[in-house]
Amino acid sequence: MFAIVGTVPEESFPLSTGEVSLDKDKLCIQGRSVPVNRGTPALMAAAIKVCQIFNTEPPFGYLIGDIGLGFGSKKLYEYLIQNIPSQLKIITFHYLQPDVDWHNRILFALEECASRPILIADAGFMYMAKMSGEANAYDLFTPDVGELAFLADEKAPHPFYTRGFILQEENKVPDLITRAYFHQNAPRYLLVKGKTDYLASESGIIETVTKPATPALEAIGGTGDTLTGIASGLIASGLDIEKACIAAAKVNRLAGYYANPTPASQIIEIIQYIDKALKQVL
Amino acid sequence: MRLLQALKRKIFKSSPKLEQKSGRGFLLFEHTSDVIRAETLLKEHGWQIRVMGPPPEVRTGCDLVIEFPLIEELNILRTLRQKGVHPLQVVPVNSPLLTPVDLFFKKDFGDYLMVRAANMKLTVHKLTLTIVNVSGGGCPDVPYLAKEMVGKHLSKSPAPRDIGHTLCAYALQLAYEEMKKQCLP
Repeated sequence: MFAIVGTVPEESFPLSTGEVSLDKDKLCIQGRSVPVNRGTPALMAAAIKVCQIFNTEPPFGYLIGDIGLGFGSKKLYEYLIQNIPSQLKIITFHYLQPDVDWHNRILFALEECASRPILIADAGFMYMAKMSGEANAYDLFTPDVGELAFLADEKAPHPFYTRGFILQEENKVPDLITRAYFHQNAPRYLLVKGKTDYLASESGIIETVTKPATPALEAIGGTGDTLTGIASGLIASGLDIEKACIAAAKVNRLAGYYANPTPASQIIEIIQYIDKALKQVL
Repeated sequence: MRLLQALKRKIFKSSPKLEQKSGRGFLLFEHTSDVIRAETLLKEHGWQIRVMGPPPEVRTGCDLVIEFPLIEELNILRTLRQKGVHPLQVVPVNSPLLTPVDLFFKKDFGDYLMVRAANMKLTVHKLTLTIVNVSGGGCPDVPYLAKEMVGKHLSKSPAPRDIGHTLCAYALQLAYEEMKKQCLP
């Protein structure tokens, strides 16, 4: 079972669980729908596209409304702790209100699974994993350069507090990766998205992906979410983590290239090209 | 003698700082949005306050605190209470507080300008000053802020500090202020 956990920006959206599907530019779950504009719906949409191509089971979603007050996230944490499916194989955590205590309770609950699932985190849940000192319990994080600097700063509890001497520049990525692993604030694999995408482990940089280069993608909200979604979907479809991450970086860049975007483009325009990009890369 | 004078200078130079540090406390709130409201309110009343990161012993996740002169505690609490803002705790500062990010990265895309503060990016169409994208961040109000801000004129968009609730919203506020400095007269 492949699960994705996150939030949607509608306060009244109730806790919804079940297989997720796409209906044009809407994500559907448990009879409800939500626009795919960025955040967890974008991640789920990208993962659905991958599962469709591989003809594997669609992701199982855990979604709730939260606009930053954390009430929805807390309800979702509570539900997950009580209802972790024992057959879970891979779980991706995404936009959730950072709370170290709840994070640790979820990690404990995951130990109840029949076998240890592959753990992927991005966005708020990745912040929590690092903040709680448990980053190395995870298999994959997908930070951008700013978030990587936060992982590399052993003192920062949130990217907002990354100290100024830890430079958040593209050409510093290899140093930041080394520093993040040195302080044990990185998981088994790091997929760093940016002008160059880097796949790294504790042993160093495994591979970089630089083409095609579409600078406008950096400004578009959701391009990191689709990368995490594609990587998660490929892992859930049977690829090993290294191959999945390298392919995901290529697919995400290619889909972005096909969309011929400007910095004003929206993520749904790119998601539409994931199938085409995936067929070309694989 | 010279050594004695140097020591004297050092003592006289550092003691006011020490005094200032020991005389400061911080206000702890339940939500970052409460911190943002309190900050606005206290600054409007002319208090010397700073928004900072909490020390590890009270950190729960997405946190900010307000550092303030302890001697003004009663007046500050009264001002907040009158406006319905209630801190969870008042704690003296006895270890260094974390300083929020103050570096900005700008990227010029020709027709568009992007400003990044910490993990948050804001992009504006230079000619029309319309906000065209919000990206980055990880707290759940980021997609909400994007929904509320994208498509609006930079001067008419709601400010992240007014509708956001987390540190990501606060970082976006910094990017938003920097963008206004760059683009608005």
